[in-house]
Amino acid sequence: MSAPAPAAPSTATTAPATRVLEFTDVARQFPDGTVALEGVHLTIDRGEFVTVVGPSGCGKSTLLRIASGLDAASAGTARVDAQRIGYVFQDATLLPWRSVKKNVELLAELHGMSKTATNQAALDAIELVGLRGHEKKLPRALSGGMKMRASLARSLTLDPDLFLFDEPFGALDEITRERLNDELIRLFVTKGFGALFITHSVSEAVYMSTRVLVMSGRPGHIVESFQVPFGPDRTPELRFTPEFAKLAGEVSHALREGHS
Amino acid sequence: MTATLPGQTTPSEETAVTSTLESPTAEAVATGTTPAPVVRRRRGRRAMNLALPVVVFAALIGVWYAITYLVLDPGRRFLMPAPHTLITDALLDPTITEKVWPALGRSIVVTFTGLAIAIVIGMLWAIAMSQSKAVESSLYPYAVALQCIPILALVPLIGFWFGFGFPSRVIVCVMIALFPIVSNTLFGIQSVDRGHHELFTLHKASRLTRLLKLQLPAALPAIFAGFRISAGLSVVGAIVGDLFFKQGEPGLGILLSNFSSRLQGAPLFFTIVVTAALGFAVFFLFGWLSKLVVGSWYDQSRDR
Repeated sequence: MSAPAPAAPSTATTAPATRVLEFTDVARQFPDGTVALEGVHLTIDRGEFVTVVGPSGCGKSTLLRIASGLDAASAGTARVDAQRIGYVFQDATLLPWRSVKKNVELLAELHGMSKTATNQAALDAIELVGLRGHEKKLPRALSGGMKMRASLARSLTLDPDLFLFDEPFGALDEITRERLNDELIRLFVTKGFGALFITHSVSEAVYMSTRVLVMSGRPGHIVESFQVPFGPDRTPELRFTPEFAKLAGEVSHALREGHS
Repeated sequence: MTATLPGQTTPSEETAVTSTLESPTAEAVATGTTPAPVVRRRRGRRAMNLALPVVVFAALIGVWYAITYLVLDPGRRFLMPAPHTLITDALLDPTITEKVWPALGRSIVVTFTGLAIAIVIGMLWAIAMSQSKAVESSLYPYAVALQCIPILALVPLIGFWFGFGFPSRVIVCVMIALFPIVSNTLFGIQSVDRGHHELFTLHKASRLTRLLKLQLPAALPAIFAGFRISAGLSVVGAIVGDLFFKQGEPGLGILLSNFSSRLQGAPLFFTIVVTAALGFAVFFLFGWLSKLVVGSWYDQSRDR
């Protein structure tokens, strides 16, 4: 799935086999003249968890929409070399008339997977996100955190190479959010997909990622990039280490700099 | 036919008193450990909820009796026959019921045939409009026209073209019942959550998949609201069609017209009650169906 890029010639050279996303000088101008993105360069490989932090309205969501193909770049090249893309929206976007199991099966159905494969993929995904025993429940009976798990499970059925997250935990309370952070890290380590994660929480960004990008708005561009030195075995205690605080401080600083 | 005056209401009032006494007992048993004052207060409210409708109903019947026996002189009582005469002079009179029950049956057939056709046409119409703006702007005005033109004005024409039998009655029914189904289905389909649409777009769902797996299920609550309105209207349609086309096997409309022209008060009132009951029954049938189909996931309180 690659987003059409009408304005510029394809500059993509032979990308490494594991590269799942490559943005070269991507810009997006809306019909009303607003420039949402300008000069965005970004690459993501499998096994990389890239988080974009930035203030509201800085074009983070537009970046994600271009990566998913819901929107197209107006200049530059947006290449996505992923067979399957997982997209987790801000809202869980579960269909209220379908049970948890049926909701998790939806994408597999849309992709024309066989009945038995769909069923197995759904059961596995439900197991992975810890929703066993809730398969028959309707979304209205779920808490916000459980809805998000179901939404995550729905994308997992596709076993995506690239996962896009649009502030998925923004509406959750902090405890639920931190727990889901840990579970997502665990999923990421097991599955090894490439991830592009949008958030406005610096702490979440540093905790989750292998790389943090700071974005600034009007027009949206990436002002700084931080490699995160922590390994894959992250525990909540990490948040209280001096190294974590130092990095979070640097990201916050970059965020403020870019903002002013 | 003895003049009992408003005193006749006493039995109903007795029921009211009984329920005041009985229901709180059941309540107290059910709640068991609840502290006494709370129970008493709730008892009071429960009793009011049960008693008030009964009292109002009894009062209305009382007013009815008062008009019959106090306002009307004996020679004109056919204008408003006393409530109990609906039973004695109509429900228990085989010469009347042998006309009313078959007529009810025929009106039910017309109502449901008309409603079924209206549902099929209305939904297809709305689905067609939902798939393309051009189709919507070319077809929606006619749906509105259907709602704005007094169908009664067209009824003679329908008789003129299609005769005065069953088909014409059904056509009247369909025309009256169609609009709420069209507009509600269209509204339901167009109100689908944007996030859900994007989810389907993202995964390259075809139009048909989107319609079947997203738009129609999401529209069901609105569609059923339309069915419920149309169900009531199709009863009206069946009666109106009947009233106009006074040929062929009589339905309730023809009976109403016959009884009134023969000044048969009690049978007329009885037929009116039967007609009203049909309307209620059809309305509640669809209310129940709606609850059955979408009640588990759709929060009804949102549109009240």
